Amino acid sequence: MSFIVDYYNYWIVVFLMMAGFYIVISANNLVKKIVGLNIFQTSVFMMYISIGKVQGGSAPIVADGITSYSNPLPHVLILTAIVVGVATTAVGLALVVRIKRAYGTVEENEFEDKDALI
Amino acid sequence: MVEIIDLVLLGMLAITALRVIFLKDLFAVVMLFGLYSFLSALIFVNLDAVDVAFTEAAVGAGISTVLMLGTLALTGRKEKENTHTAVLPLLVVIVTGAALIYGTLDMPPFGHPDNPAHEHVAPRYIEESPKEIGLPNMVTSVLASYRAFDTLGETAVVFAAAIGVFSLLGLPSKGNVAIDSGLKSHLVLRVVAKLVIPMTVLFALYVQFHGDYGPGGGFQAGVIAAAAIILYALVFGLPMATQVVRPNFLKVLASLGVLIYAGTGVASFFLGGNFLDYNVLASDPVVGQHIGIIVIEFGIGVTVFAAMLGIFYGFAAQAERKNIQ
Repeated sequence: MSFIVDYYNYWIVVFLMMAGFYIVISANNLVKKIVGLNIFQTSVFMMYISIGKVQGGSAPIVADGITSYSNPLPHVLILTAIVVGVATTAVGLALVVRIKRAYGTVEENEFEDKDALI
Repeated sequence: MVEIIDLVLLGMLAITALRVIFLKDLFAVVMLFGLYSFLSALIFVNLDAVDVAFTEAAVGAGISTVLMLGTLALTGRKEKENTHTAVLPLLVVIVTGAALIYGTLDMPPFGHPDNPAHEHVAPRYIEESPKEIGLPNMVTSVLASYRAFDTLGETAVVFAAAIGVFSLLGLPSKGNVAIDSGLKSHLVLRVVAKLVIPMTVLFALYVQFHGDYGPGGGFQAGVIAAAAIILYALVFGLPMATQVVRPNFLKVLASLGVLIYAGTGVASFFLGGNFLDYNVLASDPVVGQHIGIIVIEFGIGVTVFAAMLGIFYGFAAQAERKNIQ
């Protein structure tokens, strides 16, 4: 049981990563690809936060009577990564909107043949 | 107990991700993605990362979902039947996943206090930062002081992304006003929205200026304030919202925030310290740190607010234009 508890977080992270990866490489629709990319991204966040956790620790905000805190460094890195992630997602979605306007479709296999139009 | 909650929530996360793969209705996919973000926020709370959870709930479940829905309004909600064969992607994923799982076996056990990650700089941050910086929230200390240079870069990335969206989609102009914009006929929604919006703005200000003492800070406050205006735009229509916060004003704000941040660095530079070394801002180093952190957090909040709202305006203006045609 302790073996499972020790590694469960990492295994789920790998599963989520692979789910996102699968969506990115297999989906035809660009919006779905971006959702897949976001799932992949969140799984990386989960990985960092799991590494920062200390058993019996508390959130890294100083309070009386608490001696053990979780590692604040991964929290800082991931906090900013989330905001940067949504900003880049927005650029991706904006590109999808422009692709729709230029080609009339967001399905990958449909606009691949239309390169001559632009 | 913490472990059991962790097991259950991560399991639910995996099921949500699996469902996203098979659904063809993109509206449902986006809704599930919002759910996925909320679940991750819960897991972050469970793993003691309260600041991260706050950000994920505001950004992932809030803004990302709104932007994706905005995109769906322009590109259609049904995914067409996939003609690709799924065998090759599946094979790649299984092989990569198996290699990664094999790799995890060499990782230190989850949550152990002696893990390498907790050995190097973390003890210093935990023990020294309350004395050196004088803030109870270590995440804010590290984000805004020890690693302020990184954070400046990240604020610049948010600014750059906003510029990218503005140039790809454009901002709403005065000319195009849709006749049937917003949900003006829904009286209950209008009354509730008018009650909720001021509270949301007040909460954003609280998060902005209380971020040194509790979870929160400029990133979260900016997103929450943007969410308040987005709610206004959804209920009362985009033309009304652009009267309240003008798109051109947002362009100024987005650059102003980065300027405030970098300007603080330059100020400490000219006062005899290093770039972004706040100790020289006041005669007492701890007071200097306080001033520096409040100012740069304000800069972050302004840029993030302007970028998020501006990006929303960009998408909403496209949808509005489609409505008119």
